[in-house]
Amino acid sequence: MAASSRPIDGEPPVVACRGLRKRYRDRYAVDGIDLDVPRGICFGLLGPNGAGKTTTLRMVYGVTRPSAGSVRVFGLDVAREARRVRARLGVTLQENALIEALSAEDNLRVFGRYHRIPRAELERRIDELLDFLELRSHAGLPVRALSGGFQRRLAIALSLVNRPELLILDEPTTGLDPAVRLALWERIRELREGGTTLLLTTHYMDEAERLCDRLVILAEGRVVADGAPAALIRELLAPQALELAVGEPEEAAALEGLDGVRRLRAGRRLVLYVADAGALLETLRHRGATGDPRAVVVRPANLEDVFLALTGTRLEGDA
Amino acid sequence: MSASRYALSVWQRNFAMYRRTWKLNILPNFFEPILYLVSIGIGVGAYVSQMGGVSYVAFLAPGLVAVAAMNGASFEVTYNAFVRMNFEKTYASMLTTPIQPDDVLAGEVLWAMTRAGIYGGCFFAVIAAAGLAPLPTSLWALPLIPLTGLLFAALGIAFSLRIPNIDLFSYYFTLFLTPLFLFSDVFFPLAERLPRWGQQVAEVLPLLHPVRLVRAAFSGAFSPILLWDLAYIFALSAGLLWLAARVTRRRLGE
Repeated sequence: MAASSRPIDGEPPVVACRGLRKRYRDRYAVDGIDLDVPRGICFGLLGPNGAGKTTTLRMVYGVTRPSAGSVRVFGLDVAREARRVRARLGVTLQENALIEALSAEDNLRVFGRYHRIPRAELERRIDELLDFLELRSHAGLPVRALSGGFQRRLAIALSLVNRPELLILDEPTTGLDPAVRLALWERIRELREGGTTLLLTTHYMDEAERLCDRLVILAEGRVVADGAPAALIRELLAPQALELAVGEPEEAAALEGLDGVRRLRAGRRLVLYVADAGALLETLRHRGATGDPRAVVVRPANLEDVFLALTGTRLEGDA
Repeated sequence: MSASRYALSVWQRNFAMYRRTWKLNILPNFFEPILYLVSIGIGVGAYVSQMGGVSYVAFLAPGLVAVAAMNGASFEVTYNAFVRMNFEKTYASMLTTPIQPDDVLAGEVLWAMTRAGIYGGCFFAVIAAAGLAPLPTSLWALPLIPLTGLLFAALGIAFSLRIPNIDLFSYYFTLFLTPLFLFSDVFFPLAERLPRWGQQVAEVLPLLHPVRLVRAAFSGAFSPILLWDLAYIFALSAGLLWLAARVTRRRLGE
């Protein structure tokens, strides 16, 4: 089935999921996902906690067996050829699994042996990775003595030891300080420019917006949005956002007769999505309905708005 | 079980850890037999002139070699394997590479056999140096050490895979391994002291078989019952590992 769904002219996707489902007891963690990750892009998997991101990743690299559906990676059936598939990809798990008593170098050596990389070749790659992820200064110290940022960089280095064509990153920058995050984004971009395909999950919308060429948003095990970040914002919301401090009782009067304004409410805060936020603000000022003027914000709509609209606070009104 | 050369990678991971700490770890392996020999040999041995046709210390020595192998393997596949699986996420990280669940299991069992070999080997060396292991016949005990390791690796891993909480290992050690230690021909000849039904029960227990084999190696006296002992060890190990492989695949592939 997946073979026949390949485009005739283009290259087959690096990852192709069809009708993917995973049931745990009476609940579907993943409930019918179709996914195509083309070669050489950075592909994001977004969604609230429990949306099925990690389970989907585990099925992609063939450690969790799907309840239904199929996964092909590099054109190979993961259920049958997990070993061959995993030889060509790398995975950075959400939780670092480092050997804390060993140094960064020795961790890389142990992990390289998991791939049965010949010794001389392995030493060469370790040398490259110590530079690429800036690990060299503390490469000989036991990992337990080193910072969270260092440990995370090492965890990513481990998943690169076999020079993967596909790198899977499960929340790569969660819990890291802003400087480390920026540095890691830079590395991820370099990998993509070098031809590596990236598949990542994240809770940070700014990260997804900056890194991902394409993304899907998952909620309750299903895909609820699919596209490039900018296109998703344009298509699902509107280019601009107007934030106001207006309570629920005043909301209806303030917006009376204004059709086509999408709204999102979070407590006292009301966010309106429109093509021209300045013009809307003028209209509301005339009506004296802007609430506290100090709380008024006009800004471009972003991925976080889309995310909240699709997965969090209910979005009301319609275009 | 369909393990491959990747099992060796799992073994190498544990070896890399051990290499870092072996100088600290290996000393107790030598002290333990010395403590036994001094305490029981000099203490109890003074009141017991002979047992099973030899001095009491000489009676004790082969049984304790099997016990050392049992302990060496048991710690690896219980506490250590449990921590690797549930706390350090070692197996989760291995399974992102070409390593499969069967390789993880095979590598851990191989490693437990290695630890049994180190532990039992040190014990044997001390006993031989003390002149309690008749050479060269007692050298037959050397291959029996990792074999004992295999049996107790299979038992321990089968238990580890089923328990939800690390504290339950105290049951395994206190209610399973300790009685084995006390009632498996190590301290006294079962045939002379237990009633017939007691001997039949002991025949089911796993430690009796390695002890009888090692004792035979020390005395050089072959008897047909040793074939039953070998068959027991291989059959129980194979059965438990088959079960463990099924549980491992399910637990690691959820």
